[in-house]
Amino acid sequence: MGDLRSSVQVPVTVLVNGRSYTVDVEPRLLLVHLLRDVLGLTGTHIGCDTSQCGACTVLVDGKAVKSCTMLAVQADGCSVTTIEGIGSVENLHPVQEGFWEKHGLQCGFCTPGVIMAAADLLRQHPNPTDEEIREGLEGVICRCTGYQNIVRAVRYAAERMQSADGEVEVAATAGLDRGEGSQGGATS
Amino acid sequence: MIPSAFTYERVHTVDEALASLAANPEAKLIAGGHSLLPLMKMRLAAPAALVDIQAIRNLHGVREVDGQVVIGALTTHAEISAHPVVRSLLPALAEAAAQIGDLQVRNRGTIGGNLAHADPSSDLPAVALAYNATLRGLSPAGEFALPADGFFLGPLTTAMPEGAVLTEIAFDVPPAGTQSVYQKVPHPASGYAVVGVAAVIGTDENGCFNYVRIGVTGAGDVAYRAVAAEAALMGQPPTDEAIQAAAGHAAEDGVMGEDLYASADYRAHLVQVHTARAIRRALP
Ligand SMILES: Cc1cc2nc3c(=O)[nH]c(=O)nc-3n(C[C@H](O)[C@H](O)[C@H](O)COP(=O)(O)OP(=O)(O)OC[C@H]3O[C@@H](n4cnc5c(N)ncnc54)[C@H](O)[C@@H]3O)c2cc1C
Ligand code: FES
Ligand code: FES
Repeated sequence: MGDLRSSVQVPVTVLVNGRSYTVDVEPRLLLVHLLRDVLGLTGTHIGCDTSQCGACTVLVDGKAVKSCTMLAVQADGCSVTTIEGIGSVENLHPVQEGFWEKHGLQCGFCTPGVIMAAADLLRQHPNPTDEEIREGLEGVICRCTGYQNIVRAVRYAAERMQSADGEVEVAATAGLDRGEGSQGGATS
Repeated sequence: MIPSAFTYERVHTVDEALASLAANPEAKLIAGGHSLLPLMKMRLAAPAALVDIQAIRNLHGVREVDGQVVIGALTTHAEISAHPVVRSLLPALAEAAAQIGDLQVRNRGTIGGNLAHADPSSDLPAVALAYNATLRGLSPAGEFALPADGFFLGPLTTAMPEGAVLTEIAFDVPPAGTQSVYQKVPHPASGYAVVGVAAVIGTDENGCFNYVRIGVTGAGDVAYRAVAAEAALMGQPPTDEAIQAAAGHAAEDGVMGEDLYASADYRAHLVQVHTARAIRRALP
């Protein structure tokens, strides 16, 4: 019966990484499939069928959501940020820089989702304790790292963002004193 | 996995939502989608139509009116756990909302969806019972206001009329001097409550218990009020023996569930232990 149902397409307009797209989609299309299959943004991964792994995490209107548990039509009119849009190779987001510096990944499959979740975690707790970092990352599963270096990476990013005096988006510029010991000292 | 096909409509008012539900008996409301979409992806649910209520603006937010805190059905778990009014007047609700799922789930899931869905392992039913919440909404027959006590009838079954929209949840601000807490044993994989106990506790000038309301979730096929434990605690002094004795009755009002992770006996034990802990934590 399900297969006989209407699969009439409906238009959806989303702003993804600052660029506006209007596409016709089936209502049952998941946001993660819109991003990966329609828009070709394959940095957002799919790791499970049960809304648990968080590999698909993106920011919708600035908040971390599991894009496998949201319909593309629900995102109509929203602004979406994926791993492709949070930073660039020349201008890494502080969390990306943290993963680089602290070796926060091994196979890298979970990493895009973890970075997006961490970005929201730092929005809610700009100066998190290790406990808060671990709790904030409950919605992402990493099968490689044992999380230790992920926590270090997020702590690094928090310190980096604090010392940038709130200028979050510009904190990581290419060639900037990477790994040098200044982080964290500025405000304490 | 991919859900079965359905038609989709976004509504902007409660009346539009009611009309869409009335026009299509196979339609379902979708709020945050964090209970419904996982079921649809597993094809355990296959509604023919979804009516998206997220854009109904007056169902969002927290307001304080006449000794009550009224929370719009579409307010998310993240908004609730961070809200200063909830944190100061309904601390057990803030505590429970902050422990739901994970950061991403709390950004999408709503209080209305949580209560309307009535998952036996959801956290918020216990809190709604302990705070004596009233669930208000509109159905084709008009307005309704249902007390939490009696709202949860069974797994995924509530007293809400057919074709209704839950619009807001009104929580009585508990009497001055009471304390409220939420105590949870999360399932290690799913994060849902194996057992969750919400307690609102007050003591008189002699330290004896003069206000006790306890809601329990997770343990059975439906959340319940631990009436026997409440009665056993009333009037007692705040001694360890009195608390232990009262908590010993906390599993009596529920039918304990059983699964691979926790047997019925173990669940009953957890309910008793965590009821005692909740009461101790709520002592001044
Ligand atoms: C990975 C994961 C972990 C989770 N962990 C927990 C947890 O630890 N504790 C917990 O309590 N919950 C947990 N949840 C569930 C989460 O809290 C859900 O968000 C919530 O139960 C449902 O809210 P929703 O807005 O997402 O509802 P939806 O999924 O949109 O809807 C659920 C049901 O309620 C109906 N409905 C929704 N809104 C209304 C309304 N206003 N009026 C009438 N009917 C309505 C819908 O038709 C549907 O049948 C988890 C979910 C996930 C995906
Ligand atoms: S793919 Fe696993 S949570 Fe989305
Ligand atoms: S780095 Fe391999 S799963 Fe996280």
